[in-house]
Amino acid sequence: MIPTPVQQADQIFVTLQHRLVSYLPAAFQSVADVILSVIAIVLVFALLFAVTTVLERKGLGRIQNRYGPNRVGPAGFFQPLADGVKSLTKEDLVPRTADQMVHFMAPVLLVLAAFLAYAVLPVGRNMVLANLNAGILFFFAVGTLVELAVFMAGWSSRNKYSLLGAMRAIAQMISYEVPLVLASIVVIMAAGSLSTVSIVDMQTGYSGIWPHWFLFTPWGIAGFILFMIAATAESNRSPFDLPEGESEIIAGYYIEYSGFKFALFFLGEYLGMFATSGLAITLFLGGWAAPFSFLTWIPSYLWFFAKLLLLIVIFIWIRGTLPRLRMDQLMSFAWQFMLPMTLINVFVAGVWHFMPAGVIRWGVCALVLVVPAFLLSRGLKQGKKFAARTYRFAE
Amino acid sequence: MTATFLILAAITIAGTVAAMAMRNLIHCVLALTLGFAGLAALYLQLGAQFVGLTQILVYVGAVAILAVFVIMMTQHPTQTTESIFSSFWFSGSLIAALVFAVLGWAIHSSRLPYGIAPPHAEAAVQPIGDALMHKYVLPLEIMGLLLTAALIGAVVLAIHEKRRSA
Repeated sequence: MIPTPVQQADQIFVTLQHRLVSYLPAAFQSVADVILSVIAIVLVFALLFAVTTVLERKGLGRIQNRYGPNRVGPAGFFQPLADGVKSLTKEDLVPRTADQMVHFMAPVLLVLAAFLAYAVLPVGRNMVLANLNAGILFFFAVGTLVELAVFMAGWSSRNKYSLLGAMRAIAQMISYEVPLVLASIVVIMAAGSLSTVSIVDMQTGYSGIWPHWFLFTPWGIAGFILFMIAATAESNRSPFDLPEGESEIIAGYYIEYSGFKFALFFLGEYLGMFATSGLAITLFLGGWAAPFSFLTWIPSYLWFFAKLLLLIVIFIWIRGTLPRLRMDQLMSFAWQFMLPMTLINVFVAGVWHFMPAGVIRWGVCALVLVVPAFLLSRGLKQGKKFAARTYRFAE
Repeated sequence: MTATFLILAAITIAGTVAAMAMRNLIHCVLALTLGFAGLAALYLQLGAQFVGLTQILVYVGAVAILAVFVIMMTQHPTQTTESIFSSFWFSGSLIAALVFAVLGWAIHSSRLPYGIAPPHAEAAVQPIGDALMHKYVLPLEIMGLLLTAALIGAVVLAIHEKRRSA
């Protein structure tokens, strides 16, 4: 069967990789295949990191009524190049009392862990590095390496602020990992598989023009929202950016890093955000599938990256809008709201599975989710005063 | 005995030996984590994806962090100055050698076909889940109950006591 031009465009990178690998002797082909994919992942997501830093600074600038970077290149879009050169030429400072070896290893481990997660993300049709049987489990397993890297950075710096930042970060990551995993369990229940590829394959169908994404179910919407909240906390972004609160602990666990190591921390953090967003896309937003059946002619990888950019824009928007939480608010939110809601969501996914399809199923499931959410938030509000604050010295 | 196995075994043994031999407690934990990771890689190499990844998730992600927290919250000097060999090293190594001998004898005399097993299909997650949910559902529930009890106990220990003021 000859592939149509649309299929060719869709599979262009896959064909290119096969073509390139076929020039090599057979013994090296499988190794070269993997190396090519790894190079592609590293290049594409590092480039996305560069683009995102510009977008973020310009977006935040707009929100805060200023210009943002606009000097280097057209509209300031070559700013990351300048930043990269700057961080490469800066002096690499290591505190004298620091634990030299661990201090060096921490950023390396962080970036390594962040990149490992991409191995199981299907960025397009047939475009996944490793179709693991337990892909989701792999994703969360390498995610735990980040906690270790953060601890190594905070502890080895011998600085009380970095240690405080590391402690906050680890406490936060461990607390929000529970709702993150529980929110993705509903999809695993529905798909009956831990493999990212088969989860996406289950969402590629259409009824009429509407896609079969898991987002379009009551537990899917709830799961997606809970997952994104937990993902924001997991990647230490505003409003959950206490571990690096600049105004209180001066950027937390990476105070004592300068030059390129600092850039590596920055890279690792953004890569983590892209990876969790990518997982959210894979689980709830249909992966590389087009949102309407008449748009399937657009190549799959473009859809994946369009969705990824959309989620990144939402992240930037939230960062520009919400103030930082307090530590006790963060913890009580995780354990008193997120955890019960994810557990209820797991129950709802079970009910959905066993009820006959129809409007009643929708209504019952939505009701079981909305009522507890309302009651929980009412209950958590009790005994707290929400009055206009008075500032003693700032009026 | 493939090259991969030898490398992974070397990493695992080096990590665990370093965990015993290093003077800084935090370094010991990090070395032990390397050992755990090596062990997980060995499981993965055998095709046991679920076991290997759970090993990383639980031991690297949770146990190592727990150990680190415990070390930092207890008021011990992290750097030990005394000898890394304890006073009862002789009896300790004797017991270790005995345990190793018993285990080796048990494995050697078992009826399992030893030698390198033929590479079979990767142990999928589905059969494990089926077994846990059908055949072994009672042990699973009991374990869940035990863990919940431990969790509640931890909360009770940590809970802020209300002052009984009149």
